[in-house]
Amino acid sequence: MNILPHLPILIIALPLLGAFILPLLNRINKKVPGIFSVLILGASLFFTILVAIKVMTVGPQVYVFGAQSTGFTLPSGLKFPIRIIFEIDAMSIFMGLITAMVSFLGAVYSLTFIQKEEGLDKYYALLLLLTVGMFGMELTGDIFNFFVFLEIASIASVALISFQALYKGEPAEAGFKYMVVSSISALIVLFAVGIFYGQYDVLNLAALARLIKYSQLDKIALGLMVPVLAMKAGAVPMHMWTPDAYSEAPAPITMILVAASQASLYALFRVTFTLYNIQLNTLTVGWVIIIFGLLSMFIGVTMAIIQKDIKRLMAYHAISQTGYMLLGVGVGLAVLADPVALQKYGITAMEGGIFHIMNHAMYKGLLFLTAGALFYRTGTRDLNHMGGLAHSMKYTTIFFIIGAAAIAGLPPFNGFASKLLIYESVYRFNPILSIIAMVVSILTLASFVKVFHSAFLGPKLPRYKEVKEVPTSMVFAMAVLSGIIIFFGLFPDVIIKNLVHPAAMSLIEQVKYSATILGGM
Amino acid sequence: MISNFPYIAVIVFISLGIYTLIFNKNLIKIAIGICLIENGANLFLITLGYKKGAVAPIYTMAPAGQSMVLPTPQALTLTSIVIGLATTALILSVAMMIYKHYGTLDTDEVRRLRG
Repeated sequence: MNILPHLPILIIALPLLGAFILPLLNRINKKVPGIFSVLILGASLFFTILVAIKVMTVGPQVYVFGAQSTGFTLPSGLKFPIRIIFEIDAMSIFMGLITAMVSFLGAVYSLTFIQKEEGLDKYYALLLLLTVGMFGMELTGDIFNFFVFLEIASIASVALISFQALYKGEPAEAGFKYMVVSSISALIVLFAVGIFYGQYDVLNLAALARLIKYSQLDKIALGLMVPVLAMKAGAVPMHMWTPDAYSEAPAPITMILVAASQASLYALFRVTFTLYNIQLNTLTVGWVIIIFGLLSMFIGVTMAIIQKDIKRLMAYHAISQTGYMLLGVGVGLAVLADPVALQKYGITAMEGGIFHIMNHAMYKGLLFLTAGALFYRTGTRDLNHMGGLAHSMKYTTIFFIIGAAAIAGLPPFNGFASKLLIYESVYRFNPILSIIAMVVSILTLASFVKVFHSAFLGPKLPRYKEVKEVPTSMVFAMAVLSGIIIFFGLFPDVIIKNLVHPAAMSLIEQVKYSATILGGM
Repeated sequence: MISNFPYIAVIVFISLGIYTLIFNKNLIKIAIGICLIENGANLFLITLGYKKGAVAPIYTMAPAGQSMVLPTPQALTLTSIVIGLATTALILSVAMMIYKHYGTLDTDEVRRLRG
């Protein structure tokens, strides 16, 4: 049997199968589940890279479930697809690469970070399920299927956020908040799916994109979906769950949760660009997204400055950085109907926003991992109780500096590359937006200088005399992320040309997305 | 007119659910509110597939010439009910954990995370 056409499904099938085998393997030895899930996620990462190479060289890939052949999208005589289809274009696989990388490193980091906890088989099984949910949201071309994977991802992440609820109340509290938020958003998405199905009798995104008429009902569906997906992505003013969930989850899970929020962000872009595209009143919806972005950037960073809990502080920065992505892509959406402006700065703004998604996943992941490393050795997340840790945790200090410089947008790290793209292009759209973005960046730097000063600098504290560097698996995960950050910062043009530009174009060119499945241009 | 009743019921379900979520301070009642929204969404889906006088969509059992109801919304509803079960179970178990640590289900007192 030729395995190559089945690669897209293997990305998801392996972790899904692994999640259910794990509890059995736990019977052999307590250490097996961790190593097993690292292997599975490593294989998944490898398959994602293979699919990515194929998407970049050949074009969008489709995988039809249960058909005679994997590319058989239209059953004989029908004009619309009836099976569940995975449609993987440049944007999907761009998000898929982030998910694969982050979940693999999260599992490697967990090997030692979570070692002392009980019920590790459940932890790793849930981690694999969360990965499945995120991959599914990103790769699927079916709108109901998207709802199912959204629910898988939220259920797994709630269980992981409240993983330590056995000893403490706070994780349970954060988990409850996240559960309420994500079930409401999933149910509203389901309601919107019902609206689409009632009108057009199809669930396939490509077929819907071709049929959609922007009737009154479609406007209602859009009005339902944009806020709930922005809520799942953690945009202000629906951000109240983010700091709680991010700060209470174990550090590697927080890193994966960042990528899970970005999967919702991806869905928001998919709905506005692929489903509606220029039928939309692009200027209005674009400005709605821009305003979400501005509020997130500004309120996120101002709330971050006053925090004392290191992970809570970083969680507020995650909100603030989500604002940059919304700003960049929102500007692209606002000028979508105007080909001249789109060519002049719209595409660049979208490239900046999309590139920032990947950069954010990398440096924010790294920062959360360093916070986890500090917690692992000191047992506290309170910045007032830390100090002088640079003496004993040299690697962690270096990784923290790299992450903090990247988030503040200093060259030569990756945050600089994407932020510069956003500043330049947004300035030509509206100078004030660009100035606000720069001010937020400066405030971000200020806040991380504070963290660096209070956690790492100063004399060695007597109560941290025994502290040493974190174990190898944690250092390895942080080192890989740092390497990626520096590589992206030094050679941004390679990434933009090969990954980001095709992703932006695949969002803009709605016709191509439909044609991949339905044929004809 | 009478065929619109299910849609009115959908609106009633969802607005009651949202009302419960916003104005109730008990964690269990919040879980019930989510269940109400879920029922509304399920009822909406199942109503979309309804056809007057049609039979169940079992190809070999249907009398010839008789129209069948649409099976897809039923499959969707079934999936969504199963997912809803998982959600409800999880939300109730988290509420149980909160009760264990805080000794209360009142949202005003379950507030260690703030700022």
